[in-house]
Amino acid sequence: MTIKEKQDEIIGDFEFLGNWDDKYEYIIQLGKELAPMDPIYKIDENLIRGCQSRVWMHPEYKDGVITFTADSDAVITKGLVSLVISVLSGHTPKEIIDADLYFIDAIGLSSHLSPTRSNGLLSMVKQIKMYALAYQAKSLQS
Amino acid sequence: MIKDSNVLDVEKVRKDFPILDTLVFGHPLVYLDNAATTQKPEAVLNAMNEYYHTINSNVHRGVHHLSQLATDAYELARKKIAEYIGAKHAHEIIYTRGTTESINMVAAVFAKRYLKAGDSVLVSGMEHHSNIVPWQLACEERGATVKVIPIDGNGELVLDGLDKLLSEGVKLVSVNYVSNALGTINPVRDIIQAAHRHGIPVLLDAAQAVQHMEVDVQELDVDFLAFSSHKIYGPTGFGVLYGKEKWLNELPPYQGGGEMIKTVSFEKTTYNDLPYKFEAGTPDIAGAIGLGAALDYVQALGLPAIRQVEHELMVYGLEALQEIEGLRMIGNSANRAGVLSFLVGDIHPFDMGEILDKQGIAVRTGHHCAQPIMDLYCIPGTVRASLAFYNTPAEIDRLTAGIRKAMKLLG
Repeated sequence: MTIKEKQDEIIGDFEFLGNWDDKYEYIIQLGKELAPMDPIYKIDENLIRGCQSRVWMHPEYKDGVITFTADSDAVITKGLVSLVISVLSGHTPKEIIDADLYFIDAIGLSSHLSPTRSNGLLSMVKQIKMYALAYQAKSLQS
Repeated sequence: MIKDSNVLDVEKVRKDFPILDTLVFGHPLVYLDNAATTQKPEAVLNAMNEYYHTINSNVHRGVHHLSQLATDAYELARKKIAEYIGAKHAHEIIYTRGTTESINMVAAVFAKRYLKAGDSVLVSGMEHHSNIVPWQLACEERGATVKVIPIDGNGELVLDGLDKLLSEGVKLVSVNYVSNALGTINPVRDIIQAAHRHGIPVLLDAAQAVQHMEVDVQELDVDFLAFSSHKIYGPTGFGVLYGKEKWLNELPPYQGGGEMIKTVSFEKTTYNDLPYKFEAGTPDIAGAIGLGAALDYVQALGLPAIRQVEHELMVYGLEALQEIEGLRMIGNSANRAGVLSFLVGDIHPFDMGEILDKQGIAVRTGHHCAQPIMDLYCIPGTVRASLAFYNTPAEIDRLTAGIRKAMKLLG
């Protein structure tokens, strides 16, 4: 699936969830179910500092696509991290750089991407794009 | 449920604050973030509106009629502030942008005059970053150090070693009256007396005190005191530094510009009298008038009545929160004001804050700009519900129901 198709699928899923508690219940569930991050990657170098919740993220570049694993100490953030990863993982650096992440706004959680909220998610999306840029530069060199 | 206090008609008082009728995500707002900023009564909004509508003009400069009226209103506010904190003279009240600027001002000018290499400034382990970083900056520049009065597990200051600390090159003590993160009311009288026995001046960060209880600078014999307008029902961006006349006369000016000078030539500038020596540039005139109106409002309600109503609410809140299984209070001082800081199980405060927000309940989450305290407790932060006299037991019930709902979702 393309990044766009994945986002549209998430938006579709959320349309079935009526009120806010259902949406949050779903996100919290995703947070709890996120595949655990290998502890060797849960280190300060991989820490994305937000003001309140912390996010760890590790990229792996193989066969032209990037795969991300991540974790957060706040479960709602972790659920959103899980969604972001599911959308962007397995794509080429160029696809990730060009991606417009509209689904967070569309499912009514845009406040998580507000710079004033500074909870790590915005920094995480920026970091993902930075990795993609770096891998793209690397692949162009080689 | 206890009935609303009979010393204040809370339902009537709430009508003075139009914003309290706001709906958030379809729920009536429960505003429990008063330690961050308080809401403004209509009287404050009207006073500021009227200033701009009828007498807006620059102060102290114009010979014209409006300038005179503006100056009168602006200086009347200074008298009200002086009276409110029991200052001997109105000119001991310096207008600033808030507590942070007040502390930075003292740190900068005091360091310039009195701090030298090897000296130290003593703060406490429960300070807001605003009462840590200005001293670190000032001390770094002078080769001095910042020392810390430790705190215990209950969130109270440990004063056993205070005399020893004070005898080790301390030039100034700067502590908060009430902790913004824990709500602890510190024994500042004891600290001031101890410091004075060593001939050391004391600055009180009263940002979380003046809105909750009577503070009298002469009775405390405190040398400097700082507070913010917006935490005592006044406008944002305005605040106060009180200083004893003798200190303010001795200290050099902070910033240069208009208003703070008597005569200027390229060879020599002579500074204006107090308080203007410390007030360079056109000031926040509406801010001063707004704070004056806020203090009038608070005094009309009466601080003893406010204290009683808030105390009853605090007791009710503490009991209600402690009934929640897995909830632990952060800071257990018996002597506290305004703040209920807590954590529930292993729920991240940020998650709790978000689910409460969705239910229309405004609390603060995080480290509350007091990271050293969070490090002491080894926690990422707390959920902080902070009270004002316009809050009700019914709102506390909304909070506890909201927490239970969050526990169900997050658990």
